Amino acid sequence: MDLRFTDDELAFREQVRGFVKANLPASIRQRILEGRHPRKDDIVTWTRILSKQGWSVPHWPKEWGGTGWSAVQLLIFNDELQQAGAPEPLAFGTSMVGPVIYTFGSDAQKRRFLPRIANIDDWWCQGFSEPGAGSDLAGLKTTARREGGEWVINGQKTWTTLAQYADWIFVLARTDASVKKQEGISFILVDMKSPGVTVRPIQTLDGGHEINEVFFDDVRVPLENLVGEENKGWNYAKFLLGNERNGIARVGASKARIKRIRELASLQVYGEKPKIEDPLFRMKLAAVEVELKALEMTQLRVIAGERKREKGKPDPTSSVLKIKGSEIQQATSELLMDVVGPYALPYQPEREDGDRWNEPPVGPDWASTIAPTYFNLRKVSIYGGSNEIQRGIIAKAILGL
Amino acid sequence: MNFDLTEEQQLLKDSVTRLLADRYGFEARKGFQATPEGWSRDLWRQYGEIGLLGVAFAEADGGFGGGPVETMLIMEAFGRALTLEPYLATVVLAGGLIRRAGNAEQRAALIPAIASGELLLAFAHAERQSGHDLFDVGASAREDGGSFVLNGEKGLVLHGDCADKLIVSARRAGARRDRSGIGLFLVDAKADGVARRGYRTQDGQRAAEVTLTNVRVAAKDVLAGDEDPFPLIERVVDEAIAATSAEAVGAMSEALDMTVDYLKTRKQFGVPIGSFQALQHRASDMVVAMEQARSMMMLATMMAGEENAAERRKAISAAKVQIGRSIRFIGQQAIQLHGGIGMTMEYKLGHVFKRLTMIDILFGDADYHLERLSRGDGLIG
Repeated sequence: MDLRFTDDELAFREQVRGFVKANLPASIRQRILEGRHPRKDDIVTWTRILSKQGWSVPHWPKEWGGTGWSAVQLLIFNDELQQAGAPEPLAFGTSMVGPVIYTFGSDAQKRRFLPRIANIDDWWCQGFSEPGAGSDLAGLKTTARREGGEWVINGQKTWTTLAQYADWIFVLARTDASVKKQEGISFILVDMKSPGVTVRPIQTLDGGHEINEVFFDDVRVPLENLVGEENKGWNYAKFLLGNERNGIARVGASKARIKRIRELASLQVYGEKPKIEDPLFRMKLAAVEVELKALEMTQLRVIAGERKREKGKPDPTSSVLKIKGSEIQQATSELLMDVVGPYALPYQPEREDGDRWNEPPVGPDWASTIAPTYFNLRKVSIYGGSNEIQRGIIAKAILGL
Repeated sequence: MNFDLTEEQQLLKDSVTRLLADRYGFEARKGFQATPEGWSRDLWRQYGEIGLLGVAFAEADGGFGGGPVETMLIMEAFGRALTLEPYLATVVLAGGLIRRAGNAEQRAALIPAIASGELLLAFAHAERQSGHDLFDVGASAREDGGSFVLNGEKGLVLHGDCADKLIVSARRAGARRDRSGIGLFLVDAKADGVARRGYRTQDGQRAAEVTLTNVRVAAKDVLAGDEDPFPLIERVVDEAIAATSAEAVGAMSEALDMTVDYLKTRKQFGVPIGSFQALQHRASDMVVAMEQARSMMMLATMMAGEENAAERRKAISAAKVQIGRSIRFIGQQAIQLHGGIGMTMEYKLGHVFKRLTMIDILFGDADYHLERLSRGDGLIG
């Protein structure tokens, strides 16, 4: 047992760190570390920088642009990028539909879509949740019927993140209503420019526009856009969700937020002393750091265990990572609320467009994102399978209850 | 980075697990506890035979050259079985002090006897007023013609009642709460002026209050020579925290397994109670607390041997916080999910709960270590 990184792994970390430092544009880095949403261009710019280096889809098979890195290297890579304030890759492409396509898709689909995902030539979004199908995802009602050599899709998807920019959406649709609900679902790729697709924005608590409703009204899709076999879509969805949970601990992002908390708490003075000198605040901060350190170790253990597992089967322990990772992200956002204090109050959504905004901010210039971040991060214990769903998975898959 | 055990470590783990499975059932444990000493000399001898008592010492000193990983494996197995023998007192605490602060002669005289199981030791350090502060030592050591004369009172000396020798901390210089000026002395438990009052602790283990009245100690029985032994005391206590973290992980695993079995077999309203979602989710939260604790046990084990004292203490404190929090949650929920049977002396779970509760208190509870950690510059570098 040796839990230290090897010299090679440490050298790899330095290499990644050096690359990010040299190549991540300062304006993007600043926006992310200040807790603002990345713009579409930020994500595209950064993904193309990574793509040029051969690093945009490191976890993929080598023939489709992967790097062949070990699980530990992948972890170090993600951790470094998150800590450095790099925008997250567009997970809907790189971590969701990409792996589904290279695992279950046709050769034509692989050749057509995978290179464009790796270079973010296509922007993907996820057509899973529906108004009546949240945690009970298999209860979805959107239908796809065969008609004249095409699929005809009708229904509604919701909580569709960044659909406003999307070129493509992967849709779970019911293709057989006569069987058990999990056995009549198919996984279909839909061009967002197809007639009959409508996107309507949903504003979230923080005032931002991240999510949308997507309506399908007799949308016609070529039959070849079916991934894998008809009515096997639920299996592909479970595969996708298992992959999603592995990246969901977000240890690096929480580390970055803790560094920011320390930084801001040293600046912020109410009364006589900076917040960082408040013993109660320091105890709360230390408690979150302990949990994060433990989570980082747990994540390493899960990764080490993966070597011994059957390929493609997600470890149910990843549900532990989802629960703890989301709780810690939320806890760090609460600590930021402690730091900012009363100047959390002013609502300044126009500050999102910082460099186009000429008025001085109300309050400290870093304060305007704090409350919105706290509001926004309530989502992390809801998405990706709510934490209650994760507890159900642990009870069944780990404890056998 | 790897989490794998070496072949030797796996063998050690298997042999201690097998021995305890054969000999340390809950009924057997009750028998050991009911003896006057409150633990089993026979098992102690067998620990010696399979190498548990010597594994942590250097081969040159008569040990087997193991380290914190070996101690972790042994302590985790002890935690599951809820063993009562003076392993922490003799091998981890006092043995650790001899290993780190003993000179060649002292090591040669004591370590083979510890490894063979002939010699029992205890660390007489805490005092009534000291709380969790290791530097708070009021007992005095007055130099007198080449030897020392000790006076003072030591409390909560783990397994101090059965020990053949005590390692006593006493002040050679300075005021009660100074970090420097503390000395370490090897004292025969039957020496003139040593009075011991042994008692049972809440978790079924043994401890003693020790009074020292003009106890004379020869110069050859001073540990660490003229070096300040306090950093070594801190270091050994950090090793003991790593060790008890492993014991706690073993005991928590036992509590969780018992609870899950109970949820599967206990029927109410015509169904196993584990079919109820409220209870499933509680058990799942216990799994989360368990995994976090196990991770920090490993961190503590890895960092117990760290030479940089500040880094080591940070990691050890972080582990103690997480282990303490997991102890409270898993211990309390295990009792709650068992209902009435968890409240009884006749059932193992309550004893696991009590041992866990006491491990949190030993060497500084979660809040003490959280406060210590909070004064530093943080864990996230």
